[in-house]
Amino acid sequence: MNSKYEAVIGLEVHAQLSTKSKIFCGCSTKFGSNPNSNVCPICLGHPGVLPVLNKKVVEYAALMGFATNCKIRERSIFARKNYFYPDSPKGWQTSQFDEPICENGFLDVTTSDGVEHHLNITRIHMEEDAGKSIHDKGSETLVDLNRTGVPLIEIVSEPDMRSAEEAYLYLTKLKQILTYLNICDGNMEEGSLRCDANVSIRLKNETSLGTKTEVKNMNSFKNVEKAINVEIARQIEIVEDGGRIIQQTLLWDADLEDVFPMRSKEESHDYRYFPEPDLMPIVINENWRNEIAENLPELPEVRKNRFISEFKLPEYDAEILTSNRPLADYYEKVITVTRDYKSASNWIMGEVLKVLKEDKIEITDFPLSAENLGKLIELINNNTISGQIAKDIFPEILKTNEDPSKIVREKNLVQITDTSKLEGIISTIISSNQAQVQQYLSGKDSVIGFFVGQVMKASQGKANPKVVNELLKKKLIEQK
Amino acid sequence: MLQYKNHLEKLAKLKVKEISLIENVQTFLDKIELNKDLNAFNFVFEDALEQAKIVEEKIFNGTYGKLAGMVIAIKDVLAIKDKPLTCSSKILENFNSVYTATAIQKLIDEDAIIIGKTNCDEFAMGSSNENSAFGKVLNPIDKTRVPGGSSGGSAVAVAANLCDVSLGTDTGGSIRQPASFCGIFGLKPTYGRVSRYGLTAFASSFDTIGPFANNVEDIALILSVLSGKDEFDSTSKEIDIPNFLELLNEKNKIKIGIPQEFFGEGLNEEIKNIIQKKIDFLSQNEKIEFVDIHLPHNQYSIATYYILTTAEASANLQRYDGVRYGVRDKNQNELDEMYTQTRSNGFGKEVKRRIMLGTYVLSSGYYDAYYTKAQKVRRLIQEDFQNAFKKVDVILTPTSPFTAFKIGEKLSNPLEMYLSDIYTTSANLAGIPGISIPVGNDSNGLPIGLQLLANQFNEALLLQTAKKLIHKINE
Ligand SMILES: [Zn+2]
Repeated sequence: MNSKYEAVIGLEVHAQLSTKSKIFCGCSTKFGSNPNSNVCPICLGHPGVLPVLNKKVVEYAALMGFATNCKIRERSIFARKNYFYPDSPKGWQTSQFDEPICENGFLDVTTSDGVEHHLNITRIHMEEDAGKSIHDKGSETLVDLNRTGVPLIEIVSEPDMRSAEEAYLYLTKLKQILTYLNICDGNMEEGSLRCDANVSIRLKNETSLGTKTEVKNMNSFKNVEKAINVEIARQIEIVEDGGRIIQQTLLWDADLEDVFPMRSKEESHDYRYFPEPDLMPIVINENWRNEIAENLPELPEVRKNRFISEFKLPEYDAEILTSNRPLADYYEKVITVTRDYKSASNWIMGEVLKVLKEDKIEITDFPLSAENLGKLIELINNNTISGQIAKDIFPEILKTNEDPSKIVREKNLVQITDTSKLEGIISTIISSNQAQVQQYLSGKDSVIGFFVGQVMKASQGKANPKVVNELLKKKLIEQK
Repeated sequence: MLQYKNHLEKLAKLKVKEISLIENVQTFLDKIELNKDLNAFNFVFEDALEQAKIVEEKIFNGTYGKLAGMVIAIKDVLAIKDKPLTCSSKILENFNSVYTATAIQKLIDEDAIIIGKTNCDEFAMGSSNENSAFGKVLNPIDKTRVPGGSSGGSAVAVAANLCDVSLGTDTGGSIRQPASFCGIFGLKPTYGRVSRYGLTAFASSFDTIGPFANNVEDIALILSVLSGKDEFDSTSKEIDIPNFLELLNEKNKIKIGIPQEFFGEGLNEEIKNIIQKKIDFLSQNEKIEFVDIHLPHNQYSIATYYILTTAEASANLQRYDGVRYGVRDKNQNELDEMYTQTRSNGFGKEVKRRIMLGTYVLSSGYYDAYYTKAQKVRRLIQEDFQNAFKKVDVILTPTSPFTAFKIGEKLSNPLEMYLSDIYTTSANLAGIPGISIPVGNDSNGLPIGLQLLANQFNEALLLQTAKKLIHKINE
């Protein structure tokens, strides 16, 4: 970035809540059903229908408020946001306007330069999703109203971010919290998480805000970061050329990696907000507030710190293990079987994450149970098998999710720690490799590796490396 | 004339076969046909006869509901599954409802017989029933005059004995004013007493469903059936439902307030004199006390009402866009053009006037000056009533400043038309119940209505008072 300027960025994030039914009717929120099958007169906006608020939506929104340090309003109201569009059956979106459920929160993020940024959240409000217009069927526009009335929360930040990296980290953290709370699956590709960015630039010591643009249509976290950077560069170029920024909405094109203005007609709305007369104000009294707060799980930040203090893990390990709730849960299940916290962490961060990445699956779909991974680690720690054997049989355990001790027994892989057995093997190897023995005795210590390798080979990997090492040293000295 | 004076008497006669329900329904159907020129009905349900058979059977074997055999006409803004729901608008002329309104379902569950859907002002917007895609409705007392509106068809159906009872809706007087113009009883219940689920919204925070009848007893009976909290209407209230019919004959002493603001300029002298005479006459009764009261903010009620109801209506009517149901202008390829043409052709003049007014008052830059201010005045009007009901049990006013006017007389002057509701809108602004009862005729033989208002959810006292006054007046 041209160092004369700084960027000012605010994000509006929409999260689809994972309630079973819609926000104002009993219809299912299931994704991928046949078009217009999850609908009823209420979400179709038939004459005479009325909304009835799904209490779960309020609870989920308040949970998010708690988790992002917001103030939860005791009384909040819904409002009608009026506009005409075929995927909006009532002609308005039921949303919240001047009395949203949550206000004045914040999140802290740390950028790669190690600086912590305090990012304020203006508000979180509840609203309903619109349907989907499908324009690609010839000249007709088709409308699917399954999504109409699926609950959303909109999380609006203050314009506190100064770089695309901060925006990326903030968004990542929001997703992490949403999934920790289990109120949104956080999938940007499927649209259950959506992000619009308000971007402006100004000279570095300037305090007033420049004219902002709104960038929409980013469908991945990486694209949010890219789009913001592209927009910042575009604005700087205009200003450097003596031009002026026009307030407008821009659409991100992921293929061309560039932003393009939306047709101005589509954005010149006067939404004519007014309080929704068909719904009573939402009143969250002390009791309800406490009930909701009781459902607040341990949040990522807190859990990470606990992993560091309780399990003595390095911060790096704790960070990765707590990056999502099911992974952290998996770790905590493994360590109910083995008390070797660090090995458990190593196995998960190594073998487990490798498989997840290669197979593109989530930890919840990982075939090996936490219990069996714990048992495998225990087999190493009690000297039943070597670490190498464990790694060798890992693919098979993964396939069958069988008790590892059973596999070890069946395959006769129990480690040889019996010195008398090993002494025999070692004597044979020493006698048939006299040249190497002489090298060792003349001071070339590294040759010991050769002998260990030979013993392991001869024992089909079952020899306990530690015992082999000790025995070898003893026997080699005797050769003097 | 009918062979019974109220539903209880009808039911008694049905039980002993003094009346045949099938013949009774057939008579109503014949009368509807005979009085077609009144144009009270948009749709007549021939299947009412089959329903009559079933209900008669139930009456004979003793498994009948409270409204067994009551023949009811429904204003065509209320939803009945698989029946047309047009709101007397061209934009819904081809629309059938896929579900039944809670209020209607309650009537059906108590074995009432639905005989048809009545004409009304388009989307319940009007005071004369001249704004209907199905044509105007005539007043049966004088066919050159309007029946009032917007529930004109429902009022006429009862006044001309085309059914026993009818349902209307009241957003600013749409039950009470036509009841007064047609010389019958019409009740607007407390907002929240009767579920609005299935009532096509005009102004959501004002709309109520209520009955028309020839007598107070039927009003009381049907109200107890219609009332109650509905899980499909968040604004319906969980509150005790008294047995209104039983409570009708309670003999309490009542204190009636006469708001001076309702008897001033604009009120027809003849109406004023007749009501004053009735008050003087009733004052002689030791159980009725009249006191003067003030409702100082009533002068703002029409302005407040039109700002708030049109604002809500402008949003409520956005769903009629030709996309999912109703009539669509098929000549347009562009979306905006389709919307414009569909709505320009589909809505009548008065509806469009109100959509524009409502859109205007909600527009950015005007919202605070109109909508916010009107909400404040609405609270002042509510407080006026709260204060008044600390002093009196019931408030008595004229229902309308004039009797039924000539067809076409006020069509070209909307503001004058709006004044028809000058005494009725405040009850909707305050959410309180009101009833219009017939108290006599003017020199043209046109009915005069008297309005009684009570505090929220105090319909029992309201109906008791109505019964007492009618009884005394008719003595
Ligand atoms: Zn639905």
